[in-house]
Formats: sequence, structure tokens, C-alpha cells
Amino acid sequence: MTEQNPYAIITEDLDLWYGDFQALEKVSLNLRGGIITGLIGPSGCGKTTFLRCLNRVNERYGNVRTEGTINLLGKNIYDPDVSLIELRKSVGMVFQRPNPLPISVYENVVFGLRIHSPRSELKRSLLDEAVEQALREVMLWDDLKDNLKQKATELQLEQQQKLCIARLLPLKPDIILMDEPCSALDVEATAAVEELMLTLAGKYTIVIVTHNMAQARRISDECIFMLLGEIIEHDRTEQLFLAPKNPKTSDYIEGRYG
Amino acid sequence: MLHRSKGKVLREAIIEWLIRICGISAVVFVFAIFFFVFWEAKGQIFSGKVNINTATATALTKVEGIDNALADKIVAQRAQIDPKKRNTVNWLLEEKVIDLEQFFEIESQIKAKEFSFWKFLTTEKWYPASETNPRYGVFALIAGTVSVSILSMLIAVPFGLGSALFISEFCSPKLKETLKIVIELLAAIPSVVWGFIGLTIMNQLIMQIFGAPIGITVLNGAIILGLMSVPIIVSIGEDALQAVPDSYREAAIGLGVTRWQMVYKVLLPAAKNGLLAAVLLGIGRAIGETMAVLLATGHSVNNPFDGTFPFLHALESVKTLTATIAAEMGEAPRDSDHYQVLFIIGILLFTLTFIVNLSADLIVKGIRNK
Repeated sequence: MTEQNPYAIITEDLDLWYGDFQALEKVSLNLRGGIITGLIGPSGCGKTTFLRCLNRVNERYGNVRTEGTINLLGKNIYDPDVSLIELRKSVGMVFQRPNPLPISVYENVVFGLRIHSPRSELKRSLLDEAVEQALREVMLWDDLKDNLKQKATELQLEQQQKLCIARLLPLKPDIILMDEPCSALDVEATAAVEELMLTLAGKYTIVIVTHNMAQARRISDECIFMLLGEIIEHDRTEQLFLAPKNPKTSDYIEGRYG
Repeated sequence: MLHRSKGKVLREAIIEWLIRICGISAVVFVFAIFFFVFWEAKGQIFSGKVNINTATATALTKVEGIDNALADKIVAQRAQIDPKKRNTVNWLLEEKVIDLEQFFEIESQIKAKEFSFWKFLTTEKWYPASETNPRYGVFALIAGTVSVSILSMLIAVPFGLGSALFISEFCSPKLKETLKIVIELLAAIPSVVWGFIGLTIMNQLIMQIFGAPIGITVLNGAIILGLMSVPIIVSIGEDALQAVPDSYREAAIGLGVTRWQMVYKVLLPAAKNGLLAAVLLGIGRAIGETMAVLLATGHSVNNPFDGTFPFLHALESVKTLTATIAAEMGEAPRDSDHYQVLFIIGILLFTLTFIVNLSADLIVKGIRNK
């Protein structure tokens, strides 16, 4: 679908309130498919909130109200007939702290398949294959192939975060959302996860929230700067960092606030 | 300058000690109760025989040629000899108070009354008040306790875990607060009131619905006990579910689980230790509960288990260990065999609930340390 339409995610006039507090204001964005889009901005600017709208995971807290549309894969995800289960199958999410489930590495990777497919379809060979493929894709296979029964919560943080990416892949998502995926990792682990993201770009549309401007610069193709729930600037990454159009953006990039 | 008056220092010290005493009082009470219960039952446990004094006295009165006065004299003399060195009856024989025939008669009388712990546990004959031949077999009483406890757990576990899940995962915050308060109210109902409900309302209902001749039965007691255990299971089970890290829920939601998949794929495995502890504490409550079962189970010594289907006959009346102690302790003369046997039942119960609660505690500790 990205062939005909270059945009994977199109939002129009997206407003969001937590109770009385408006966290997003008239967010209209076109996010290109198959690239990495970075979301930057100071704490509380709504970037994580926006990200969590894209798979509607922020609705688990009761006091959230949304207006506007998010068109994703050719459908408005706020339409009443949209199934959240199917939406989240196509839009995977990686969280700030690695959160593998307290089960084996193997079971973590096939968790998605198990919940989305009838039991009769899940042949052992199919699962084994899915695990190998997903772990190879995130460059964990060589490290973990002999320890697939190990409890995932006992892995190193870097491996845990890669595993959290790997468990999305068997579901063949179109979009992967990442909410500050490296903030709990050390420098080397961050480098490894960033390298992984670059290999995944192209196959998946990746939207990443980050606090770390240098990271946004290293890995994203396009970048969005947000402030107080509004989009200030959206441009190619080099353009946004080298020649920002809005003075608010340049002030933030230069570290005058944030 | 850097000096504090003695009075102030002393006051602080006293307050500190008072608080310390409060803190360790629970330990003191547990040990004191342990000690007391064992002390009262010691005659049975350590000698392995029913109180030799009374046994000998009863035996002697049955031997021809020995009248009451002589028997009293013998018992009095017996008190002077060292029981560890010589058996009273042997002594009587040696002193030619009795002849060989009488000796065997007395021996067999005493033998019949010998207390065997194994016999105590495995026989069903509970005739503690019999004049001629009291027997103390608690098997039927154990069966009563076990049957009521098992059946009550079959009722309380699904209900309790179900409502813990509902409160923790499915309902709105407002409803959650209301439900928690109501469930705590359920825990505040005195057990005698529960027993009263069993005796009146449930009794009628069971007779009407099942056509049973009498409604105060295993089933009645189990329903009452089940309802009494639900608050414990709910509140501890809910704590266990709340202790599951929210990141697990987010991970699963992010992958697109349905609510029910979340429950059985993520929450139940992650909270299983806490939920098990909740169930164990519920069982502890069911085993130890007295007043409600005393009123609701019919109070007749009866083993509701047998080999024919459905193996547990829920429409029969039973008597439980706790109810037995409560009902008979007041009538048993102090230090009599009956009195001591009731204390042994106490130890039995104590041990059971102690094991159940201890394992629940250890399981809960297990999750905390992880």
C-alpha cells in the first residue's frame, strides 16, 4: 500500500484530553511509510501521548477523550468498527523499559502468534521457524539459540529490549512504535539497538519518541518537533537540525530550554 | 548544653520498651498458647495411656473382692511409688493385694483403655461420654472437617478469584472502591450470625430444593464457610493481581490481547503464587471456623465419604473437629480423658491451620523476594 500512497499514517486535527487537560492540539501529520520518523520535544510536550494514540493503547486509562482522525493503513482507527485487537496486531509497540513477559525467550517470541491464531494452526515447526526468523532479524539468534528456554526477564537489558522488538515481528506488523526504547540502556546497548532499528527501517514504518536529540539525528529520516501538545516543525532530519524554520525549534535544538 | 535531663531520657526509654513489648507480644502469645495446649494434652501424648490413676481405679472396682475402700487405698499407695520404676499393677501383684487372675483382668481392662494415637486418628467411634466404655476415635470428625472444607473451597475459590479478577482488572475505579468496601463488610459479619443464617434460611432452602429430610448438612456448612472465606480470597487475591507489574499488561495489550487472554496468559501465571496463598488462607479460615459450622452442619458424628458415587455425600449431617471442641469442652471434667482428648484435637487443628498458614506465608514471601 505504501507504493500508491507514500504516507503510512495521516492524522487530521487530532485533539486529546486527559480529563480537563488538553495534551494534544490540532495535530495534523503525514508520516511517510518505510522510514524512521523521530519525535522530539521537551518532557510533557505530548510526544509519547501522540505515539500511544497510534495503537490506541492510551485508552486503557478511563479519562482519555480524543477527537479528530488517524488514518492508518487506509482506515480511520477511531471508526467504531475498528477492532483494537487487530489494530495492535498491525501496529507493534516497544516500551521505554524493556518489558518481556516473565516466560521463556521462546514463548515471548511466539506470544503474538499464540494469541492471534487458533491452536490448530500452530504447528511446532511453524513456531520454531518463526522464533528463529524473528531472533535472526534482531541479531539475537546466535546469542540465544541454545537458551531459548531461559526466562526472558533474566536476560541483559539490551537483549531484553531486542527481544521486545523480536516478539512483534512474527505478527508481521506494518508499523512499529518505539517509546524512548534506549532510555534504560547503556551506551553500547543503545548503539546495538540503534543499529537494529536501521536494519529494520525500510521493512517497517518506525515512529520513535526520543529525549536524546543526538539519537534522533543519528537514526531518523524525518523528524518532528513538538511543544505543549502542538506540532512545531516536521521536516527531513538534516533540514530540521541544520536549518530549522521555526525559532522555537532552533532554541530547543541549541539547548536553550527543555 | 549538650545534656538532656534524666527524666526525659527515662521517659523515652519507657515508651520505647512499651512499643517493643507490643511488638513481640504476638510471639509470646503464640508460644504461650502452643505450650498451654500441649501441656493440657500431655498425659495422653507422652504416656501413651489414658490417665493411669483413673484407669486403675475403674479397673479395680470391676475386680471381684476389691471394694471401693480398698481400691482407694491402692490408688493412694500407688501415688507413692515411682511410676517410672514399677508398674502399679505389678506392684499390686507383688504385694499380694491381688492374685494372678485379678492381675490379668486389670491388665486387660487397662489395655482396652490404652490410648493409641493411630487408633485415635483412624477409628470412627466417638463415644466420649460413655459410662462403661468411652472410645475416642476422631476419624469421622476429621472427615467432617475435610468434607466441609473441600466443598466450601469448591464454592469459594471460583467466586473469590473471579471477583478478585473483576475488581482488579475489569471494573471502573468507582465500582472498584464500592465493591471493596462491600466485601470488607462481608468479612465483618460475625460467624455466629453466619451460623444463624445456615440454621434458618439455608436449612429451609436445602430442604426445599434438594428434598433432603434435614437441611443442616455438609452442603449447608460449606456454603456458609465458602461465603465467609470469599472476602479473604478476594482481598489477598486482588493484592496479588495488583502486584503484577503494569509493564506486563502494557506488553500484552501492545501485542493485541483480548481481556480474557490477558487474564489467563499473563495475569494468572504472573500472580499464581499470590493467588495460591489467597486460597490457602481461605482454607485456613474454613478449617478453623467453629461457630458457623457448629450451627450449620447438623452436629452428628458421621463420615460423609464412602465408596459409592458421588463419594462425598453433601446432604448428610456431620460434626467437625472445631465444633466438637466447642460443644464438649464445657462438659468434660478437667483432666479427665475426655478433656485431654479434646486438647489433642486442638493440637491437631492447630497443626493443620499452622501448616496451611505457614505455607501461605512462605509462598507470599517467595513472590516478594523475586
